[in-house]
Amino acid sequence: MSMINYASREINCKLVYYGPGLGGKTTNLEHVYQKVSPDTRGKMVSLATETERTLFFDFLPVDLGTIRGFKTRFHLYTVPGQVYYNASRKLILKGVDGVVFVADSQIERMEANIESMQNLYDNMAQYGYDLTKIPFLIQYNKRDLPNAAPIKDLQASLNPGWPMDDPAKQKDTPDPYHPGELLIQQVDGQWIERAPYFESVAVTGEGVFDTLKAVAKLVLKTLS
Amino acid sequence: MAEISASSWSLDENDYKRILEHMNALLQESSARCALLVDRAGQLLANAGEQLSFDPTAFASLTAADFSANDQLAKMIGEPEFASLFHQGEKESMYLADVARRVILVVLFDQRTTVGMVRLKVKQTVGDLSKVFDEMFKRAPAPGTDRRGVLEGAEDEIDKLFGA
Repeated sequence: MSMINYASREINCKLVYYGPGLGGKTTNLEHVYQKVSPDTRGKMVSLATETERTLFFDFLPVDLGTIRGFKTRFHLYTVPGQVYYNASRKLILKGVDGVVFVADSQIERMEANIESMQNLYDNMAQYGYDLTKIPFLIQYNKRDLPNAAPIKDLQASLNPGWPMDDPAKQKDTPDPYHPGELLIQQVDGQWIERAPYFESVAVTGEGVFDTLKAVAKLVLKTLS
Repeated sequence: MAEISASSWSLDENDYKRILEHMNALLQESSARCALLVDRAGQLLANAGEQLSFDPTAFASLTAADFSANDQLAKMIGEPEFASLFHQGEKESMYLADVARRVILVVLFDQRTTVGMVRLKVKQTVGDLSKVFDEMFKRAPAPGTDRRGVLEGAEDEIDKLFGA
């Protein structure tokens, strides 16, 4: 629920990093926190257990620039990935403007990824939000690990696409981030749309800002 | 359960002025130290009174989380909601109240006043602020139809900021 404050000339938007436990959501925020100038970011808040597992959420506010004289402030949140924290995970989605699903690329985590994706759809639906209608992208993290599944397999399992029923959009639409690939295309006679995706190694920061910029851009475009 | 929708809403200077007037009146009448107004998504909308000695943005996100968690606890024990919360400290205390199911009014106070006085005055302010917010949200476009406007035609600027 983006909030436009004409008094302070600010646009405030809420982004949520979702995904299975130990997938790298908090690491994404920590990298942003370390790399962004202290003038453009606020305090990072982490509600975590003694073993540094996210208990409720991590929170980091960042300013990503000025457009039309409005400061664009993004509030980044992570959710606790562990399955049994669903009640608190759902609360964080309240008022969300954009979602990044941080998938763990390791083959062994495929089932956890699928379960978390299903949980995301379910929790969004309970608020009356449609994940296919709001800015949403997928980050395949831990690409540096030897047991990382091929992107093709991850895409097939986590991003198979949803039906694109709007006739105006039923045309081959290139993926701006992957030349030669399409975001909207016809498969077996059915038009489908997929979420944009990014590859990352959050511990080194690779792909972290590409993901953040892409989702921030999608959110602001909904206001344009 | 679509109690809130992922649409945008706006706060203009006139709204802001009216909100601040109500908050300042509350502080004057209750002798509380300061008041903050936070939306349910955790964004700080306004603050009044003494200068804050903490990070207001972080405070706002924690306030929304606190309120949301307590809302769920209320449901678990069969209450529709907890319309207000009170956190008592040794010297500083805080009182949180729901405004029109949209925003949260947070009042920080110390020994110069009592929780009874704060509660009494907050009730009046919640009524006043509810009217302001009801008008603001009525003015907002229906969910799903609107999110346009403020950055209309700014696609080029957005591309430039984030790379095409």
